[in-house]
Amino acid sequence: MKELGVYIHIPFCSSKCYYCDFVSFSNQDYKIAGYIDYLKREMDLYKEYLKDYTVKTIFIGGGTPSYLEGHFIVEILEHLDKNFNLKQVEEITIEANPGTLNGKKLYQYKGAGINRISLGVQSLNDRLLKSLGRSHTSMDFFRNYELIREMGFNNINVDLIFGLPDQTIEDCINTLKKVIDLGVEHISYYSLILEENTMMKKWYQEGRIQLPQEEIERQMYHRGIDLLKDSGYKHYEISNFSKEGFECKHNLFYWKLKPYIGLGIGAHSNISNKRFWNHSDFKYYYNSLDQGKIPISGEEIIDKDMEIAEYMILGLRLVKGINKKEFANRFKLNIEDIYKGVLDKHEKGGLLYTDHEWVRFTPKGLDLSNLVYVDLLP
Amino acid sequence: MQIDKQIKQSNVRNFSIIAHIDHGKSTLADRLIEKTGLLTSRQMQDQILDSMDLERERGITIKLKNVRLTYKAKDGEEYILNLIDTPGHVDFTYEVSRSLAACEGALLIIDATQGIEAQTLANVYLALEQDLEIVPIINKIDLPSARPEEVKKEIEEIIGIDASDAPLISAKDGINIEDVLEAIVNKIPAPKGDINAPLKALIFDSYYDTYKGVVSYIRVFDGVIRPGMEIRMMSSNKHYEVTEVGVTTSGQKPVKELKAGDVGYLVANIKNVKDARVGDTITDHNNPTANPLPGYKKVVPMVYCGIYPAEGEDYNSVRDALEKLQVNDASLVFEPETSAALGFGFRCGFLGLLHMEIIQERLEREFDLNIVTTAPSVIYKIKTKSGELLSIQNPTNMPDATEIEYMEEPIVAASIMTPTDYVGAVMELCQNRRGVFKNMEYLEETRVLIHYDLPLNEVIYDFFDALKSRTRGYASLDYELKGYQRSELVKLDILINGELVDALSIIVHKDKAYARGRNIAEKLKEEIPRHQFAIPIQAAIGSKIIARETVKALRKDVLAKCYGGDITRKKKLLEKQKEGKKRMRQIGSVEVPQEAFLAVLKYDDK
Repeated sequence: MKELGVYIHIPFCSSKCYYCDFVSFSNQDYKIAGYIDYLKREMDLYKEYLKDYTVKTIFIGGGTPSYLEGHFIVEILEHLDKNFNLKQVEEITIEANPGTLNGKKLYQYKGAGINRISLGVQSLNDRLLKSLGRSHTSMDFFRNYELIREMGFNNINVDLIFGLPDQTIEDCINTLKKVIDLGVEHISYYSLILEENTMMKKWYQEGRIQLPQEEIERQMYHRGIDLLKDSGYKHYEISNFSKEGFECKHNLFYWKLKPYIGLGIGAHSNISNKRFWNHSDFKYYYNSLDQGKIPISGEEIIDKDMEIAEYMILGLRLVKGINKKEFANRFKLNIEDIYKGVLDKHEKGGLLYTDHEWVRFTPKGLDLSNLVYVDLLP
Repeated sequence: MQIDKQIKQSNVRNFSIIAHIDHGKSTLADRLIEKTGLLTSRQMQDQILDSMDLERERGITIKLKNVRLTYKAKDGEEYILNLIDTPGHVDFTYEVSRSLAACEGALLIIDATQGIEAQTLANVYLALEQDLEIVPIINKIDLPSARPEEVKKEIEEIIGIDASDAPLISAKDGINIEDVLEAIVNKIPAPKGDINAPLKALIFDSYYDTYKGVVSYIRVFDGVIRPGMEIRMMSSNKHYEVTEVGVTTSGQKPVKELKAGDVGYLVANIKNVKDARVGDTITDHNNPTANPLPGYKKVVPMVYCGIYPAEGEDYNSVRDALEKLQVNDASLVFEPETSAALGFGFRCGFLGLLHMEIIQERLEREFDLNIVTTAPSVIYKIKTKSGELLSIQNPTNMPDATEIEYMEEPIVAASIMTPTDYVGAVMELCQNRRGVFKNMEYLEETRVLIHYDLPLNEVIYDFFDALKSRTRGYASLDYELKGYQRSELVKLDILINGELVDALSIIVHKDKAYARGRNIAEKLKEEIPRHQFAIPIQAAIGSKIIARETVKALRKDVLAKCYGGDITRKKKLLEKQKEGKKRMRQIGSVEVPQEAFLAVLKYDDK
């Protein structure tokens, strides 16, 4: 049986954050029940196609999945169990926003097999939270966190963003320290990206908000890394840290180029040398399913060269790097056969480290990874 | 068909159209073609005579062509009207003069809203030199701002020809086109030529055709030319057998012969346009004329630049493309050269800046090449202390300053026509460009013609754009080479990351070196993307650094987040970034974008 990751997209939120470019909507609560029905239909369509796969990880993301009433999540996972092989599932994550969780929901999650909670905290500075358009306060986080622990969850992630408008290094480290003190198992520590078509991008272009200078922003990153490492976290991906054994198994599917299926509007899949993505619009998504078709909006065929490039680009996100032997086993080629020139160039330039076993980014390489990635593309 | 029907010489009219860019030359040509029934408008591409995309986009004509129209006039006679198109830019003055030489008359189109422009005037003088009958036509009378009476007065005052009964037309709307045809018939004289004299024909354009070889457009002055004849090019004495003669109507139509007074085309197994040069006289090899037609000269390039393949582009593809272009363009010259910074490439010579830009654009568009162009240069003359006389057009070849006795640079006589409001701005610009004021003529109350002597090396740096921007596009420029003049010139070098980039070196007047050095360094700072390391950019004269800028090191270029749904999109961003790198040249460890090489072209003398 081949291993599979499953992503389920819940595109509903209480409000849209200013930096968010995901497929998510507020004030569309009336659509929730109908959407869950269509999600189930989509699962039905995949049943036959995925019969040789065994699901290892499930990730319910959004949007804000915890915004929904708990029974919807239970229904989703029950229906998935009917259609997919879930016997060997190791990790089921749900994304949650502070302030949306309660004892009942957590009890339902637990019953449905969810064993990992990912909290979108972003910052513990209430002023910054407000400036990001977040609908919660730091206090909401502390209360929800306690509740999650009380309900017996032992694998919690906290998402944090740094490099926020007017943020200082002190502020950034402060938030990080508080989260570390709680003893969370996993921390995602992201540099803010101003995506196209977001409010924040627009404000930035209009000069209405200022971002920390590049130098400061990189100090936030590297001082954060040092602090996290000193506190017993392993830096295992460019923006991800965990206590030993608590790496996010689902995300490792992405970075190690293992097959996954995305369900729901806008969700992406990567299976059998093909990447494809669903319609991002309820109407098209529903129409396809009404006609009994998988609701795909576009696809990209991944040829051997592209597969190798993706393997490198995604694999190098992992801090321990790419194992040369694993590369050779997968592609029946030595990494040097294809990338000798690129590896030499960037080793000389101080962005890559290589030895007989591994290829990985140097600390400087983690800041300038795109310079290497560009050379890895076919 | 009527083409072969014998037409009396007295019923032939050969004419050109003189007009400023945008004044409606092509549109009028289309209307004449339409009106004489050669093509229905449906068959007609928008602007028949300008068939190259680039020309059409820029609204200018590069290759001149001709078309033969048949018109039944109000007097009941049938006339052959040969329209000979002329290129419309200062770089092509010689070509213009040759096609005018093939005519007996010229239509002068003046925009009823704008009046006469410098360029038009220059071409009118060319036409008057050839003794052509000038027929003024006032166009765009459909526009509300048209002022035909004032424009008529202007024509009479400035050019000194009678414009009282000039046709008032709108080429765009097809108004009064018949008047133009009648004016051609009635005002332009019929050709005079002796059919029985030895052959004498003028080449006014040549191009290469893959199937036929070189096709030349000719005007026969004396005698007859027909297939089977042995002809001789009088400049080279080379001889060829004529395989085809014909006329251009809707496409090329072979005819039995072309005789004195006729315009048509010639095919004679000629392999290269260099052997059928514009302005040359064709005669009968076995019965040659004693005197060739006057006015032939071999055109020489005035402006040079280096053209190099961009990173990853193939040297041979660039050479092949240049060779292909040259087959059709006898005024383009090139030879291989090597640059320490750019590797193997070509030194190319052009008639002028526009010609240079056209070639660059054609290489990129028609041949899909990525090229890097170095700063344009003129030809400098150098007397060394050892008494040697050198001509250089590549700054790299300039000897050390200590070995130079003196240098000379080319000077042009420039005529700038401008509304009086901008006289100050124009003079300031010319003054900044080391111009020497000659005189100023009031053409009318609101317009003047200013004459300056300007160093050509100032004109090639962005002068035209600067002129346009200072006069809101109203000024027009015409210039011709006047001669050489001694000048204090120095070689300005640019160092990127400590390395001298020969392709960025320029020769400038010593008083301007500091300002130019600073300007270029600042421009390069904007153009060169940040690298992992800080990049110093320096401008130097000899070993003396006169300006310095730094491109700060790149600290962050990373995709912070990359999950299942991000991969396709992020890859696209990377691919875009990679695409950008393709247009770079590696200089030492620095990647320099093509645009940076253009930075030295832009003067920015605000």
